[in-house]
Amino acid sequence: MKSGFTPATVLALTCGFAFLYLPILLLVAFSFNESRLVTVWGGFSLKWYGEMLRNRQLMDAAWVTVRIGLVSASLALVLGTLAGVTLARFTRFPGRTVFSGLVFAPLVMPEVITGLSLLLLFVSLGWARGFWTVAVAHTTFASAYVAVIVQSRLLTFDIILEEAAMDLGASPLKTFFVITLPVIAPALISGWLLAFTLSLDDLVIASFTTGPGATTLPMRIYSQVRLGVTPEINAVSTVLIGFVTLGVITATLIQKRRFAEGQKRKA
Amino acid sequence: MPAPDPPPAPASEARLPAEPWNDPKATPLIKIRNVIKRFDGFVAVDDVWLDIYKGEFFSLLGPSGCGKTTLLRLLAGFEQPTSGTIEIDGVDMAGVPPHRRPVNMMFQSYALFPHMTVEQNVGFGLKQEHVPRREISRRVGEMLELVQLADLGRRRPHQLSGGQKQRVALARALIKRPKLLLLDEPLGALDRRLREQTQFELVNIQETLGLTFIIVTHDQDEAMTVSTRIAIMDRGRTVQVGTPGEIYEYPNSLYVAGFVGDVNVFEGRVVEAGKDHVTVRSPESGCDIYTDRGIDAVPGQEAYAAIRPEKIEIGKAPPADARFNCVTGRVFDIAYLGSLSTYHVRLATGEVVKVSAANRSRLVERPITWEDQVWLWWPPSASVVLLS
Repeated sequence: MKSGFTPATVLALTCGFAFLYLPILLLVAFSFNESRLVTVWGGFSLKWYGEMLRNRQLMDAAWVTVRIGLVSASLALVLGTLAGVTLARFTRFPGRTVFSGLVFAPLVMPEVITGLSLLLLFVSLGWARGFWTVAVAHTTFASAYVAVIVQSRLLTFDIILEEAAMDLGASPLKTFFVITLPVIAPALISGWLLAFTLSLDDLVIASFTTGPGATTLPMRIYSQVRLGVTPEINAVSTVLIGFVTLGVITATLIQKRRFAEGQKRKA
Repeated sequence: MPAPDPPPAPASEARLPAEPWNDPKATPLIKIRNVIKRFDGFVAVDDVWLDIYKGEFFSLLGPSGCGKTTLLRLLAGFEQPTSGTIEIDGVDMAGVPPHRRPVNMMFQSYALFPHMTVEQNVGFGLKQEHVPRREISRRVGEMLELVQLADLGRRRPHQLSGGQKQRVALARALIKRPKLLLLDEPLGALDRRLREQTQFELVNIQETLGLTFIIVTHDQDEAMTVSTRIAIMDRGRTVQVGTPGEIYEYPNSLYVAGFVGDVNVFEGRVVEAGKDHVTVRSPESGCDIYTDRGIDAVPGQEAYAAIRPEKIEIGKAPPADARFNCVTGRVFDIAYLGSLSTYHVRLATGEVVKVSAANRSRLVERPITWEDQVWLWWPPSASVVLLS
């Protein structure tokens, strides 16, 4: 296929990207604004980044968010991998359709509903809401994303590799750990990164399930914004965007490199 | 040559000890008894009985879908038979998982572990047995030497050519010195030259190590080249089991005759059958076909006479005795293959007979050419009479 840029495609591309990214770019630009007024440019400055670092509340919230992200992404990785392996490998067992539906439901469930139902659960269980309830809540929906990634990776995984390992004397469990897991490792890493990013982003579910002392960064930003947008918030948001972008790009690159290697192997 | 009876193999020469299947006292290494494998109502392996002896290079030959790969997977333990038993070295394999069987397999797609080096791939089997690290590296070195890959040990599978991958797969499957090595179309992905060379190497390695090989293939030349014995399979059943020579010279059915090599078939009826001869009258050929190999048949029974193209003589003059085993026709096509030419001769009845002859004189001299009237004849030992 020929891939040439015509004026029409360039225009379409520009409009598309502008629509998607102009607001974000504005936010990033204004985070370097000297002026206290958010919408008036007063010259370049890094002072809001300094302010941000000195803001105890923001920094605490950031630290809580990172910890919740680490815990929930790791738990989601384990649970999601188990679900993904089950769905990819056991193509027939009673209740498989129901199981697969239940695993993937959080992908389409409105966040408000997920958050509310989790809140009801935690209340009825009598759990004190805080760090762990948010982490568990994030684990539940992030597991679904990991499961999707692992399942789709395993569908292209050549089961003959596992047979070869067992033929050479490795038990099924050992085969899973020394053959299957290392081969699908890139999918696991990108699944983990995705889960981490989702946890970092989440406002709604965290708001429902959090408690005293476990305010996440999106929640902190949201509550501050209600009092008025400050350039400080722009700075925090820019840093957050930076982290998320980094995570997504890394996940993509890992998948891509793996794919390129696979292509080379076939050649 | 005395005429042998069909079921036992020709016993004209003294048997070599290397043919244990003719020794009633020999114990087979592998006993396959009454094995049936069904998948969702489809019968992949249908009542197979086989005895395979130590040191054999045994081929399962058949078109795709004939059940040969399923049989191999039953031996490896990846599938369990629906009924019947498989014994390896006296042990019933029912319920024994693949990783506890004294069997290794070389996969058609090689199945090298992509995240491991060549050395790690080859050493994988020993590592599972907790062999000491130094012992592993010594034996991996020896094995790579054997398959001529000594200097590629640190490469990864995606850095290897097809032929090199095939050798790594072989080394990995051989390193545990399995009682039985299963090879699933091992040379399928190689080009013709490399294939032929590798066939001989496989036989050498098998003889050097004194192992038992079972190979699955759909390539009859490959089976003929490497095997001690061949089982021809069709729709899940073994149609005939025998040495390459037996299969080629004494096929037991039209299916086998047609599957291995080229053959001319004349349909007809038995005129007379005895212990050491059969005469078939075939309107298609226009002559009586006399064979010095007896079969159990009654006069009037429908029968087929099968004759290999290279056993037929071709000439421009009739032979001295043209009462039987002699037909005449016109050459309508010649396939020149360098060392051989195959003549397609159309008889007066419309039947086409293929004859191949060595090109002893140069092509330009063309002793026989298109539209020549030729006579074809063959000795009584050239044909076999088949009833199905």
